[in-house]
Amino acid sequence: MPDTQEIQSIIFAAIDELNVQREADRQVEKSLDTKLFGKDSDVDSLDLVNLIVSVEAGLAERFGAAVTLADERAFSRKSSPFKSVHSLLAYIEELLGEDPT
Amino acid sequence: MNDSVVLITGTRKGIGRYLAEHYVAKGCRVVGCSRSATEFESDRYEHFCLDVTDEAAVLDLFARIRAKHGGLDVLINNAGIASMNHVLLTPVKTAERILKTNVLGTFLFCREAAKLMQKRGKGRIVNFTTVAVPLKLEGEAIYAASKAAVVTLTEILAAELAPMHITVNAVGPTPVKTDLIRSVPEEKLERLLNRQAIKRFGEFRDVANVVDFFIRPESDFVTGQTIFLGGV
Repeated sequence: MPDTQEIQSIIFAAIDELNVQREADRQVEKSLDTKLFGKDSDVDSLDLVNLIVSVEAGLAERFGAAVTLADERAFSRKSSPFKSVHSLLAYIEELLGEDPT
Repeated sequence: MNDSVVLITGTRKGIGRYLAEHYVAKGCRVVGCSRSATEFESDRYEHFCLDVTDEAAVLDLFARIRAKHGGLDVLINNAGIASMNHVLLTPVKTAERILKTNVLGTFLFCREAAKLMQKRGKGRIVNFTTVAVPLKLEGEAIYAASKAAVVTLTEILAAELAPMHITVNAVGPTPVKTDLIRSVPEEKLERLLNRQAIKRFGEFRDVANVVDFFIRPESDFVTGQTIFLGGV
């Protein structure tokens, strides 16, 4: 089972990458409570796309497995896994913890 | 173009093979793929055997490109299949195969390529359509429909990927003497050529010329466009 801290650091690294493109007063906070979309979020849809792609790349580099975060299950859930850093982290743990067979 | 990483699908023969050799000759590092092995060998060319609709195999290919080259500069979505038949005699299995390879294969490679290109903030994607779309050729309903889908895909991806500085364009060749048209009767090809402004078969170099234009650095303001050859 992958380490929660490691996954969190991959998500935070992706937020760092995102922040490079954003103005100093619009930085995305590296916190589990950070909202990634919806009316309480400062992250726009394109930023979210970039973030998800960066996290996928980070997971592939770290764990050597091609993980597709934006799959049908993610979109069909009542509560989106992309709502916040916390929900994204839990979703990745769930995906990585699955038996690949 | 020197040292640019260029991924081309369908490189075992025909236009794809020609493009692989063309970009190797220009000093690019070319990654090619097809369902079976190729005879083309070069220290600047690497071949993978896969079906472009097999998501797991395609993801694995992109993971290898990421690991070896760290990114991707150009994707040329050349792989495609055709089947000419009257619509009343077209099996659903054939229709499915054509749509899967031509539409889903193109989509899958565009999606994964854009993920790699997005990181570097630049990239070029060239898709393949056909003059059968604007000419609305009888006997090619499913093939032309699949390639019309590629045009729409190209136009919408151009908009979605523009913020990442990735351009997406398409080239629409006329008939070129390859395996793809070997079963088309000669008089039908003759009629088709007569509908072109310039009435001759396309050559591989005609296709390469348009691809060269789309991928050159100066074309960074050209996106969402389809260029049909032969004056169609």
